[in-house]
Amino acid sequence: MLELKNITAGYGHFTALWDVQLRVARGEAVAVVGPNGAGKTTLMRVISGLIPSRAGELVFEGESLAGRPAHDIVAHGIAHVPEGRRIFPALTVGDNLRMGAFLPAARQAFPESSARVYDLFPALAERQRQRAGSLSGGEQQMLAIGRALMSRPKLILLDEPSMGLAPVMVLRLFDLIRRIREEGYTILVVEQNVRQVLKLVDRAYLLEVGRIKMEGRAHELAEQDFVRKAYVGL
Amino acid sequence: MIDPIFLAEAAINGLLLGGVLALLALGLNLIFGVIDIVWIAYVDLVMLAMYAVYFLVMVYGWPIWLAGLAAIGVGALLGIGVHVLIISPILGSAPVNQLLATGGLLFFLQSFATFLWTTDHRSVRLALPVLEVAGIFVSFARLIAFVIAILAMIGLYLFLTRTYIGTAIRAVAQDREAMALMGADPRRVYLVTSAVGGAMAGLAAALLSIQYSVHPYFGAAFGPITFMICVLGGLGNMVGAFVASFIMSEIISIGGVTWSTEMGYVIAFALFIVMMFVRPGGILTKRE
Ligand SMILES: Nc1ncnc2c1ncn2[C@@H]1O[C@H](COP(=O)(O)OP(=O)(O)O)[C@@H](O)[C@H]1O
Ligand SMILES: [Mg+2]
Repeated sequence: MLELKNITAGYGHFTALWDVQLRVARGEAVAVVGPNGAGKTTLMRVISGLIPSRAGELVFEGESLAGRPAHDIVAHGIAHVPEGRRIFPALTVGDNLRMGAFLPAARQAFPESSARVYDLFPALAERQRQRAGSLSGGEQQMLAIGRALMSRPKLILLDEPSMGLAPVMVLRLFDLIRRIREEGYTILVVEQNVRQVLKLVDRAYLLEVGRIKMEGRAHELAEQDFVRKAYVGL
Repeated sequence: MIDPIFLAEAAINGLLLGGVLALLALGLNLIFGVIDIVWIAYVDLVMLAMYAVYFLVMVYGWPIWLAGLAAIGVGALLGIGVHVLIISPILGSAPVNQLLATGGLLFFLQSFATFLWTTDHRSVRLALPVLEVAGIFVSFARLIAFVIAILAMIGLYLFLTRTYIGTAIRAVAQDREAMALMGADPRRVYLVTSAVGGAMAGLAAALLSIQYSVHPYFGAAFGPITFMICVLGGLGNMVGAFVASFIMSEIISIGGVTWSTEMGYVIAFALFIVMMFVRPGGILTKRE
C-alpha cells in the first residue's frame, strides 16, 4: 500500500533521514521505533507531505506522491496525527471534527463519520461544545485521532500518540488503536513505548540516527537482546 | 474646569470613532492572525477605496450607499491584489523582508496617489445633519458610521464562528500546518482572508468618506493608531483589538477636548508605550 524507497530528507544542510526503505501492506499495523532524535517524526512528515524529501520515491497505492503538498496527500487517503496532537485549542470539539472533514467527499460524509468517531470515543460526544483546549491530554489525543478519521483515510500515521499520558491512559489509548485497527484501517505508528507498541503491531522498523537499523516481525524484534536492553527496559 | 457637557460629547464622539477604528483594527488583525504578516499599507488601501468613493459620487453621480457597496468590492479586490502580487511571493522569507515589502507598498501607494490625484483634499460633501440631544451635539455621519461598523463586526463574528470557511480561517490562525493536514490548501485560505480583510478596509473607507476628506497621506493619519490598537490588544487577538479600539478612541477624544488634539495623541502613544512594558502580550493577557 505504502512504499518508501531510498528516502532522504532533512532541514537545511542537516540530513535527518538517509536512504530509508519502508513498506506498509494494506491492513497491516507497522511501528517505527527508535531513540529521541532518530528521525521518526521527520519520516512521518515526509510521508504526509509536510516536508519534501530530497531524494527517493514515495508510492501510495501505485501512485507516486513525492513532492506533493500535505493538503494533496490527505486527499489520497493518508491521515497524519502529528506529534503533540496539534488540535485547534480555541475551537470546540465538534468544530475540530468538522475541520477534519475538510475534503469535499469527507464533508458530505460528515454525519456518518462523526457518529462513528463519537461511538469510538464517547468522552468526545459529551464534550462536543467544549473548547478543545480544555480537554485532558488523553481526550485531546482521542480528538486528534478522531479528527484524522474524519477525512476517511485508508492509512493513518500516528506520531507518538502516548506521549505525555498517564500510564492508565496509555493502556486505554492502545486499546482504542487496536479497535481502530480492527475496523480495517492500515496503521503506521511511531512510539517510545516500545514494549506496548510491539504487542499491537505486526511488524516494526528500528530507526537510529536517520537510518533503518533493523526490521522484522514485532514478536521477533521484541525478542532481540539489543532491542530489549535499549528500549524495552527489561 | 471643563464643562461636563463637553466631556460627555467627547466621550460619545470617542465611542463613535472607536467603532470605525475597531473595524480597521479587526481587518488588519484578521490578516495578521492568519497569514502572520502585518500589512503596513493596510490603511493606504483604505485611502485608495476612499478615492473610489469620491470619484463614484462626485464624478459619476452614484448615490453614496451604492458607492459604499462598490468600495467594499474595491477593497476586496485590492486585498486579493496585494496578496497575490506582494505577499504570496515573500511568504517564506525573513520577517524583516516582509516588513520592507509591505512598507514599500505604503510609499508606493502614497506617491502613486499624489501623482494621479495631487495632494488636494477631496470630500464627497454630504449635507448630513448634526443631532442635538440634551445640549450634546452628535454628527449624524459619525453615528451612521458607528452603527454600520458595529453591524459589520457582528457580521464578521458570525462569519468566523458560524460558517465552515470562517471556522477554517480561525483554525489556520491557530495551527496552519495542522489545517494543511486536514486537506486545506493554505494558499486558498490566505486568499479568502485577504479578500475579507480587504473588504473590511473598503467598508471602512466608505464610512470614513462621509466624515473626512481623502488625500494621498490619509493612511498616515489612521495607520499608526490602527497598529497601536492591534499591538495593544495583542496581535491577532480579535477581542483585544476591539476593546483596545475604544480605549484609544476615548483617550484621543477626551484628551482632545481637555487639552488639545495633539495632546490626545500624545497620551494615547504614551499609554501604548507603558502598556508594552506592563502587558507586552496585549491588554487581555494575564500577567505571568
Ligand atoms: N525543524 C527542524 N529544523 C532542524 N532540525 C530539525 C528540525 N526538526 C528536527 N530536527 C532534527 O532532525 C533530527 C530528527 O528529528 P525528529 O525527526 O524530530 O526525531 P524523533 O521524532 O525521532 O525524535 C534531530 O536531530 C532533530 O534535531
Ligand atoms: Mg518525534
